Amino acid sequence: MKIIINGEEKTLEAPLNLYDVLVQEDVIGMMIAVARNGEFVPKENYQSVSISEGDQIEIVAPMQGG
Amino acid sequence: MSAQNLHIKDMILQSRFFLGTAGYPSPDTLAQSIKTAKPGLLTVSLRRESAQGKGQKFWDIIKSYNLPILPNTAGCQSVSEAITTAQMAREIFETNWIKLEVIGDDYTLQPDPFGLLEATEKLLALGFEVFPYMNDDLVLAERLSDAGCDILMPWGAPIGSGRGLNNPYALKLLRKRFPDKILVVDAGIGAPSHAASAMELGYDAVLLNTAVSKAHHPAGMAAAFSKSIEAGRLGYLSGIIEQQENASASTPMIDKPFWHQHDQKREA
Repeated sequence: MKIIINGEEKTLEAPLNLYDVLVQEDVIGMMIAVARNGEFVPKENYQSVSISEGDQIEIVAPMQGG
Repeated sequence: MSAQNLHIKDMILQSRFFLGTAGYPSPDTLAQSIKTAKPGLLTVSLRRESAQGKGQKFWDIIKSYNLPILPNTAGCQSVSEAITTAQMAREIFETNWIKLEVIGDDYTLQPDPFGLLEATEKLLALGFEVFPYMNDDLVLAERLSDAGCDILMPWGAPIGSGRGLNNPYALKLLRKRFPDKILVVDAGIGAPSHAASAMELGYDAVLLNTAVSKAHHPAGMAAAFSKSIEAGRLGYLSGIIEQQENASASTPMIDKPFWHQHDQKREA
């Protein structure tokens, strides 16, 4: 299954939920927040959100800002 | 309580200097600048993260100062992007404060007033404390106020331009029309005197980044801004005199020696 993670296309084994994606990206335990297809996903929902072909995932963390 | 303290809802900020954390030559320079600025809060953003954990290292530095955090939605060009970014920021930083940027023009980074108002209404409904980055338009300020904003952040000039207060008249008018709002000049500040001028107009705080981070000596400039913001506030509170067209001697003329002798010589 192809999905887009932070603007980059990746091929992952289906079926997946959002938590599985974050494990594969090695960001579990980091101070992150996630959006799927432009919608914020609260962290308590990571396990319950299924990932579909073509989904766009954004994973963000604190960064410098003005 | 110090005149430098600023109340925002249940928070008391120890300084009216809001400092951005971007664009410093090194993490050490950022750390030194925070120390000399003694800011009331720090602004931060969200960016894409990978397994390398760049964001985690940055956050380790920032959290060590134990200062209030104001996350931004910098770079967002649509209402939906801004709202999603704000929601992600709320979860990460555990604050409902958001510096709302909805950019309408790439060249000037001028905020999109229509998108800003729409995003503000939606975020207020979601329980956010919105700090809207806006231009100095009076009607927009009224609409944001009507929507329920307690804080307004008009620009001094375009972000990073260092031009100072492009339109003091408009900023003064906003202060006059919104005496009870928290008004913050956000963006465009270049020199400490610009920040002092904003505070002398009665603004509650100044938010800046580039003027410090791109200075030759950021930590020194941060200290200079800290003093100028404090000086401007104290000046405002102390009552700045009205400007006059004519001179008015400050030294009393009573008992001045040689009183009128010069006139008498001229007449002779």
